[in-house]
Amino acid sequence: MPRTDIGKLSFILLFAPFALWIVLLIILPQLGIGYISLREKVGPGEYTFGLANYAAFVSEPIYWNTLLRTAWMSILVTVMALIIGFPVAYYIAKIAQRRSRAALFLMCLIPLWVSDLVRAFGWIVILRETGLVSSFLQKIGLISGPVEFLYNDATVVMGLVYTVVLFMIVPLVSTLDGMDNSLIEAGYNLGGSRLTVFRRIVVPYAMPGIVAGCIIVFMLTAGSYLTPILLGGKNSMWFTEQIYEQFVTRYNWESGATFGVLLLVFTSFVVWLGLRLTGQNLASTVAKD
Amino acid sequence: MKTKFALAATTALALLVASTAAQAETLRLLTWGGYAPDNVIKLFEEANPDITVEVTLSNNEEMVAKLRATGGAGYDLAQPSHDRIFAAQQEYNIYKPLDLSKIDTASLAPNLLEGVKANATIDGALYAVPHQWGTSGIVADVSKAPDVKGWGDLCNPEYKGRTSMRLRRTILLGTAFALGKDPFALYGDKAAYQTMLDEVTEKLISCKDNVKTYWNGGDDLSTLLLSGEVVVSEAWDSTAFKLYGQNKNLVYVPPETGALAWIDTFVIPRKGEADDAAYKWINFVMKPEIVKLMSDSTGAIAAVSNGIDLLPDDKKAAVQAAFDEKDLANLKFFANIPAGLEDMEGKALERIKAATSN
Repeated sequence: MPRTDIGKLSFILLFAPFALWIVLLIILPQLGIGYISLREKVGPGEYTFGLANYAAFVSEPIYWNTLLRTAWMSILVTVMALIIGFPVAYYIAKIAQRRSRAALFLMCLIPLWVSDLVRAFGWIVILRETGLVSSFLQKIGLISGPVEFLYNDATVVMGLVYTVVLFMIVPLVSTLDGMDNSLIEAGYNLGGSRLTVFRRIVVPYAMPGIVAGCIIVFMLTAGSYLTPILLGGKNSMWFTEQIYEQFVTRYNWESGATFGVLLLVFTSFVVWLGLRLTGQNLASTVAKD
Repeated sequence: MKTKFALAATTALALLVASTAAQAETLRLLTWGGYAPDNVIKLFEEANPDITVEVTLSNNEEMVAKLRATGGAGYDLAQPSHDRIFAAQQEYNIYKPLDLSKIDTASLAPNLLEGVKANATIDGALYAVPHQWGTSGIVADVSKAPDVKGWGDLCNPEYKGRTSMRLRRTILLGTAFALGKDPFALYGDKAAYQTMLDEVTEKLISCKDNVKTYWNGGDDLSTLLLSGEVVVSEAWDSTAFKLYGQNKNLVYVPPETGALAWIDTFVIPRKGEADDAAYKWINFVMKPEIVKLMSDSTGAIAAVSNGIDLLPDDKKAAVQAAFDEKDLANLKFFANIPAGLEDMEGKALERIKAATSN
């Protein structure tokens, strides 16, 4: 049976890169991190196994407060990205002319061609006390002295929304694009108001895109490092920074690894909770045919 | 069969020898920004045509973290500060003992060499030699803040929202001195050190409102000061001296309690593969004519006997504007950090960072 052999071979060959990637770059490092997180340091070069690192996390309010703060701000960013991204996606997919659609989509993509770091520094140049916004407002006389816009939570949230909103728009556009316009027309013909049509037809149809977008955005935000630190300044407290500090500044790989595991578990839990509360599951949304 | 094998083996050997002889040696240098300027590398490669230099820029914490991750492989020469040798070596075994006979010790400043020896000798083996030294203190814009005297002024409400600091152990030590303590004297007594740290933490948390932001590197510090957004800041003297060149109002002020002095050293990582090249580099950069080029780029003072004289003229002027004999006599050299203390300091820093301000 040569045909099945070839089929098998091509399956193995096609599957191999994916399997290698997931095992070598995702699963093995995660196992390593999990292993280190269970290691307790007794003295120089001496270790035993136990849960002391996790206990240390629970007993130190600074750590779990930072984690909760990161989660809470990430949820806020996700919601704002959805609110801002949905109209944009709807316009691109349903209202814009077919010809201009590609151009509009491209315009959304362009900011991604510049690295995160450069975009964060761009915001710094614009928002700092001697920056563009502050000096412009002084020039037109709205404010009398220079104002500092950096180093607060609002700036961090804004910077993050700006960075991730695209990851909300892309899945939304592709789902909305597949929606038949006659569904909306039918809704109006049957006497539905704009709100009812939006609530009963558009949103349910777009649900897979909304869920996919929210998951991507939430995970990206909770795991982002540069934007919160550069824009947050003295008041930034992001969990990823905590992990970096543990690994690099304090040479404490054990607790850094613990924090890594906790971040993964906690964000997964938030995603699960979000799906639960909205009555969705992964099979009916992200993996929908 | 046998002859064939022998022939093959000889050929292989010959090829091996030929290839190592032909292949240039690489010196992989792990160092600070400015510590391996292009002009010095070029001169070194001209003097040693068989060596190419590869540079990776880093800082104290990252150097140790990188070497720890590989068990001391990947680099042939590194430059952590003198207080980062002892504990790191004891705990992670990442450095190689140095052979002092291969280093031209006569050119090194004796007091700095002795200082590093005292800090970096484990079981009779020496792990580091000094290269550059400098201090941490305060930089102030004297046109707007003429009366700055010491660390305490960072928390002076007169400069509210106009001060900056780097949230690392230096500021903990500086604030401790400003509060009238001697942290180095408390190194041996953990409980007393913790009490002192708690006091320092409280001070710095209450001071957070006064601080505009924490700086991370020489570049953000320079921008903050040159734009006038910050008028008083903790600073490295080297950065301050560079700023003095651009704006004569930005003067380095050694705190009245004593500027905190650090020495950046040379160490050879445990699995370094080009020791000879590393020794050559160490001896090369200590030559007087190279020291001048090096100090021009680092802004720090070389650890040779007449280090200050060998500074470029503008930096020499800045140093003379900043230090008098009394300040130089009052320098506080960082002492070795005993194991466990850094953890306590790390917790204190986390507490300060997490505290809320306006």
